[in-house]
Amino acid sequence: MDNNQRTAEESDRASVSTRSVEIAVALILFTLGAIVVYDSYRLGSKWASDGPQSGYFPFYIGLLICIASVVTLAQAVRAKSGAGKPFVLWGPFKRVLTVLLPAALYVLCIKFIGIYVASAIYIAIFMIWLGKYSWWKGIAVGVVINAIFFMMFEVWFKVPLFKGELNPLSFLGY
Amino acid sequence: MVELSALFDGFAVVLTPFNLLLMMIGIVLGVVIGVLPGLGGANGVAILLPLTFTMPPTSAIIMLSCIYWGALFGGAITSILFNIPGEPWSVATTFDGYPMAQQGRAGEALTAAFTSSFVGAFVAVVMITFLAPLVAQFALKFGPPEFFSVYLLTFCSFIGMGKGSPWKTLASMMLGFALAAVGMDTVTGQLRLNFGFIELLRGFDFLIAVIGLFGIGEILLSMEEGLKFSGKTAKINPKVVFETWAKLPRYWLTSLRSCAIGCWMGITPGGATPASFMSYGVAKRMSRDGGKFGTGQLEGVVAPETAAHAAGTSALLPMLALGIPGSPTAAVLLGGLLIWGLQPGPLLFVEQKDFVWGLIASMYLGNIAGLIIVLTCVPLFAAILRIPFSIIAPVIIVICAIGAYTVHNAMLDIWLMLLFGVIGYTFKKLDYPLAPLVLALVLGDRAEDSFRQSMIISQGDVRVFFSNWLVGGITALALLMLFWPLIGRGLAHVRTVRPT
Repeated sequence: MDNNQRTAEESDRASVSTRSVEIAVALILFTLGAIVVYDSYRLGSKWASDGPQSGYFPFYIGLLICIASVVTLAQAVRAKSGAGKPFVLWGPFKRVLTVLLPAALYVLCIKFIGIYVASAIYIAIFMIWLGKYSWWKGIAVGVVINAIFFMMFEVWFKVPLFKGELNPLSFLGY
Repeated sequence: MVELSALFDGFAVVLTPFNLLLMMIGIVLGVVIGVLPGLGGANGVAILLPLTFTMPPTSAIIMLSCIYWGALFGGAITSILFNIPGEPWSVATTFDGYPMAQQGRAGEALTAAFTSSFVGAFVAVVMITFLAPLVAQFALKFGPPEFFSVYLLTFCSFIGMGKGSPWKTLASMMLGFALAAVGMDTVTGQLRLNFGFIELLRGFDFLIAVIGLFGIGEILLSMEEGLKFSGKTAKINPKVVFETWAKLPRYWLTSLRSCAIGCWMGITPGGATPASFMSYGVAKRMSRDGGKFGTGQLEGVVAPETAAHAAGTSALLPMLALGIPGSPTAAVLLGGLLIWGLQPGPLLFVEQKDFVWGLIASMYLGNIAGLIIVLTCVPLFAAILRIPFSIIAPVIIVICAIGAYTVHNAMLDIWLMLLFGVIGYTFKKLDYPLAPLVLALVLGDRAEDSFRQSMIISQGDVRVFFSNWLVGGITALALLMLFWPLIGRGLAHVRTVRPT
């Protein structure tokens, strides 16, 4: 009971406030805008003999990003109401990470073992680990779904997907 | 009545077994996509686009647009039965739809939702049939300044009509333009903003952005909410359907008003989501039972669904007639046109008659077929949501990854998709709108081209955008839209000051 309560408290804790994320995003946008402005300036954002140069249009785009993000930044800094509102609670954020991090790992695996095998493993592990399914159910679903994808893409629509640098499915001849 | 004969030619194009089959597949897939969290009209179409590369363009667009209709229908199922809007435009449907389901009137709510969706879409298609050719003919006179002013109008209306902070809309939109500028400059061939990375030569493909922003971002959001599906069962039988149909004519005024709101919001790029909210709000204010809205009023289902479908459908009008999409899904379809080798714009109506009228005819048939399919198969579609999220989530991520890969057969795109997913999640949480980003990413190069061409014509004089009544009028309208929040506030101020 005590333990349950503690985890409940922990999951109610805010990871960061909305305000700090708001500020961080505005700063990132400003940096991106500045990069665009810089590169457009480097390419030439003025007129050449044959008309506007390559950087002419993006220069103003970058400038607008900078202006918009500065205003948003100022609004976020000055905001009083709801300033301490949490961006996301720690518990739900953990759930988000349990999807995001394995997904990143999955994409990394695609490079080596290809989309089909990586997807089957990913679906199986996701089901067994997060869905608390028995291991054979997870593997069965993963394999069946990817067999369907394989038929659909390689056989019916003839759109070859990435099979990885190690190509574990090379024995199928596709 | 040139339009009618053209339309009948269109029906002749559509009514082949192959196209009808694709239409059915499209609608069923669309409803499934609409029901599933994380897959929606825009990214569903984006993922399936690569499968159509080898099809004839007309068949391809029939299938993809039917996916779109299906997704529009599907959103209503989840919002009524599960109180989970499968699509953003069906949020307003949950207000009265879910209470009705709780009272055991799910069948009635669903029938009303599907029927009003159909009515909304039908009115919008009729409007497209007669208005689109006129707009296209008119637009044939357009030069670069006119086109740029229309782009300007599109983007200014996002800023002026958006609900959140206009600065965030601006930032999101300009980010789209900046991403569109990455890669080869289409005019001079110079490389821009790629900082020496060869992979960025191609630039950022908006299909990847759509799949990431809407697909992965949505999954992350659903995960955060920790979805627990506890739905009501759907029982639809002919008796309920006919009883509901007998009640619906009572709401003809609401329906008509919602159609008007939807068509207007669809043509100007407001899109289906604000249209459904606006229509719900107006219906609540105008209805005699306005006070009972939110407790399970049939009218509260009719209003948002009609408007959402009318808006979703009429978003294709500017896409067809001008080459300027009114919604992210229309933008994806536009991207499809480019990939199939068709040049979007007013000339489409002259050069690709079969394609345009085939598409318009398929809208009529697709919506009728859609209505029949959803009315008969609701329990099947609702069963999809009973599949646990721990199976659906990884499968959707896999589908998104495959979709992202097939666009260019590039590994980098899958990584970009994940990155866009994180951006989509953060932007959604901070109320940065995503639609302007996608539209800017699609239209960026073409808007820039028309701007630069206008500048070359005028030798750098900005007054070219006011050089005749047409371009001047559109530009003035654009500026009016841009400053609408300020003007509206000023008017409200004047109104409150006067009585004192």
